[in-house]
Amino acid sequence: MVSAPPTLNYLNNGYGLKSWLLTKDHKRIALLYLLSITFFFFLGGFFALMIRLELLTPAADLVQPDTYNKLFTMHGVVMVFFFLIPSIPAVLGNFLIPIMIGAKDLAFPRINLASWYIYVLGGLFTIVAAITGGVDTGWTFYAPYSTSASNSHVITAGLGVFITGFSSILTGLNFIVTVHRMRAPGMTWFRLPLFVWAHYATSLIMILGTPVIAITVLLVAVERAFHLGIFDPALGGDPVLFQHLFWFYSHPAVYIMILPAMGVVAELVQAFSRKNIFGYTFVAFSSLAIAIIGFLVWGHHLFVSGQSTYAGLIFSILSFFVAIPSAVKVFNWTATIYKGSVSWDSPMLYAIGFIGLFTIGGLTGLFLATLGMDIHLHDTYFIIAHFHYVMVGGAIFGYLGGLHYWWPKITGRMYPEGWAKFAALNVFVGFNLTFFPQFIVGYLGMPRRYAMYAPEFQVYNVLSTAGATILGVGYLIPMVYFLWSLKHAPLAGDNPWGARGLEWEIPSPPPTENFPATPIVTEATHQYAPSREVGIA
Amino acid sequence: MSGHVAPKSMYYAVFAALIVGTALTVAVAFIDLGAMNNVLMLGIAMTKAMLVILFFMHVRWSSRLTWVVVASGFFWLLILFSLTMSDYLSRGWVEGTWR
Amino acid sequence: MPDAPSHYHPPPVAIHPPGHGPTPHHPWLQHHFDSMEQQAEASTLGMWVFLVTEIMFFGGLFMAYLVYRHASPTGFQEASHHLNIYWGAANTAILIVSSLTMALAVRAAQTSQPPRTQVFWLGSTIFFGLCFLGIKGIEYHDKFKDHIVPGPNFQWEGLYPKPAEQFYSLYFAMTGLHALHMIIGVGIMSVILVMAHKKIFDRDYYTPVEVAGLYWHFVDIVWIFLFPLLYLIGRHYHAG
Repeated sequence: MVSAPPTLNYLNNGYGLKSWLLTKDHKRIALLYLLSITFFFFLGGFFALMIRLELLTPAADLVQPDTYNKLFTMHGVVMVFFFLIPSIPAVLGNFLIPIMIGAKDLAFPRINLASWYIYVLGGLFTIVAAITGGVDTGWTFYAPYSTSASNSHVITAGLGVFITGFSSILTGLNFIVTVHRMRAPGMTWFRLPLFVWAHYATSLIMILGTPVIAITVLLVAVERAFHLGIFDPALGGDPVLFQHLFWFYSHPAVYIMILPAMGVVAELVQAFSRKNIFGYTFVAFSSLAIAIIGFLVWGHHLFVSGQSTYAGLIFSILSFFVAIPSAVKVFNWTATIYKGSVSWDSPMLYAIGFIGLFTIGGLTGLFLATLGMDIHLHDTYFIIAHFHYVMVGGAIFGYLGGLHYWWPKITGRMYPEGWAKFAALNVFVGFNLTFFPQFIVGYLGMPRRYAMYAPEFQVYNVLSTAGATILGVGYLIPMVYFLWSLKHAPLAGDNPWGARGLEWEIPSPPPTENFPATPIVTEATHQYAPSREVGIA
Repeated sequence: MSGHVAPKSMYYAVFAALIVGTALTVAVAFIDLGAMNNVLMLGIAMTKAMLVILFFMHVRWSSRLTWVVVASGFFWLLILFSLTMSDYLSRGWVEGTWR
Repeated sequence: MPDAPSHYHPPPVAIHPPGHGPTPHHPWLQHHFDSMEQQAEASTLGMWVFLVTEIMFFGGLFMAYLVYRHASPTGFQEASHHLNIYWGAANTAILIVSSLTMALAVRAAQTSQPPRTQVFWLGSTIFFGLCFLGIKGIEYHDKFKDHIVPGPNFQWEGLYPKPAEQFYSLYFAMTGLHALHMIIGVGIMSVILVMAHKKIFDRDYYTPVEVAGLYWHFVDIVWIFLFPLLYLIGRHYHAG
């Protein structure tokens, strides 16, 4: 069912560079972010490609070991700070949150635009660091290597991370105030879509955690510039203090990366099972629980650092607790799909993929939370496999699923479903082939961050690189058909999925002010009739 | 658009309390009270901060949401301090190691 | 005494060009908000959330202070004695006065006092802020003269030189970050002062003054903790 696009929508309401670069419309800002985030994704992906090519052989024969150090550092810095952390909130969150709560825009539209410019500025610093020689400290910038011994562009890259942190803080601030103060009449907290709950919880983490890494990275830069001894033990400093301060943010940061994806998955399983979420209240509160408990576990990154055994014990048990709300979500999503009227459209493929892969990633996290096991597994490929399962199998699958689901709303066009299914399959197969062997080779003892490895590990690395190639192709295909769809795909209409929610009740693409008049909400917006009520077996 | 309007006398009273608190904390610093020095110093500082927050920043008459936001900020600071110090304070508790 | 003084005039009304907007409204109401009330609530909540980020930002430095003072309590004590307690106490008093004048400036706008009253209180706040910065400048200059700026030129003549350098690293980091926030605060206040002079604020719209005030009070609170932690460590005790 295709209807003509509205004559005036947010895309054609004003032409020219100035109308985009000085926009206050949250939807246009979301697209600005989409462009920059896609750029950084492929930049980070390029570094990954170089890593995997080097690791085809045990010797450091493609690049020098020093160069290899820079490759994995830049891969991490770009992917974590410039892709994963902003991706879903800045693109999908920005676009959808005002619409989902019945508002005309976020609470602070100019701050929203400023957050994009700040992001780009931070990104420029990082690109300059990359071009002028790169950073080789690892994305974790551990002292004293980062403060004293490294010869690379730590200050430039550090400043890039510092600046981009403010983009994250401002986004979180905007979301929190928006959800508290801009909901339409009748839109109570417990009628909110779970996507909004997830982003609210994410925003709490952004606000409470990001400032700590900001001051930490600033101290590293200052120490490096003025030869102070804050973290360098040779000058009287404490390197473990750096790790405490760094991970106080960087552990909750991983929940910044995964919570929005979980919000997406909650929407997808409802829409494509045509069923209300099982246990709405539990899923809503589990987002808050993950955000809060996530702040209490950072010491599990310091088990072998010299941290006291008793602190390790406390952090270990708390790390077990943080798994519980995530498990609640997995159970509830599964229960939602059970006896639903399931359609296997491409967004749903990503959602199902998320549930399986995130579960594997999460369970392996429990291995790592176990003090004794972590002694053996720390700094091996097991860790790398663990976090890629949750970051890629989790967060990226959520991002791709959400991008596909809401693409028709954002652009008014429906992408080709056949190609989308093919790409999803590519991504799934490629991903597992890349990272499952890494669990094995890590357990067998291959350390991370080394350009060379023992010859008996080669077969796993070859499998991994083969998988990475397939994965890369899987990422490129949507680029092609998304771009193609803008001009050549059929018009999508207001609600191509037959889904429920305020965003599906307005035209695709939406008008600039979202709603002709402020909606009055009388019930939860994502209500699906249970399947037996409509006679579906 | 309204907010609570407090009488000028309230502001002057809080100001006087803050100045007294400052004088007190300086005076006490010169007296040896052992561990109580730190306790008193922090106690006075926290009282002064509370006065500024409640009265100058109007939190006394603000919504519960504002209260929660302010409290969360300080509570999160406490999380950072206590869990990190739990490491430093328990170093050397395992026999024969530095850990 | 909150009754409107005789010089209070209701705010002008925004007239929209034809086809632009539905109803006339206060000229300072932004269009994505439904009412001045909502705009004010959103703005103050936004500033409070921002202040929470500032608590955590300074908090990282306070954490470092905690760790290093725990590691060398006597060293920190010795280092602290070199700070001038009179400048420190004077600065504390100055900031408290500036908080008073700031709170009275907000009250003046809130009760539709004439612009010259608002400008007086805002100007006083700026004045005391500049006094604070001036004294900080004097203190920093003294540190340079005495060679106790951390780095290659650090020379400590007393006991415990390494903890002393740690202490002064933290001293400069914490008071430096605080001073930077003061400078920004003075800048913000200047803008607010100009707006007040232009008769923008009254009981129907004083949010920018209130929000700027929140920021200013926060910077004061940071100093309330910095002063005893840096200047008043064990002043009753003097080692050799």
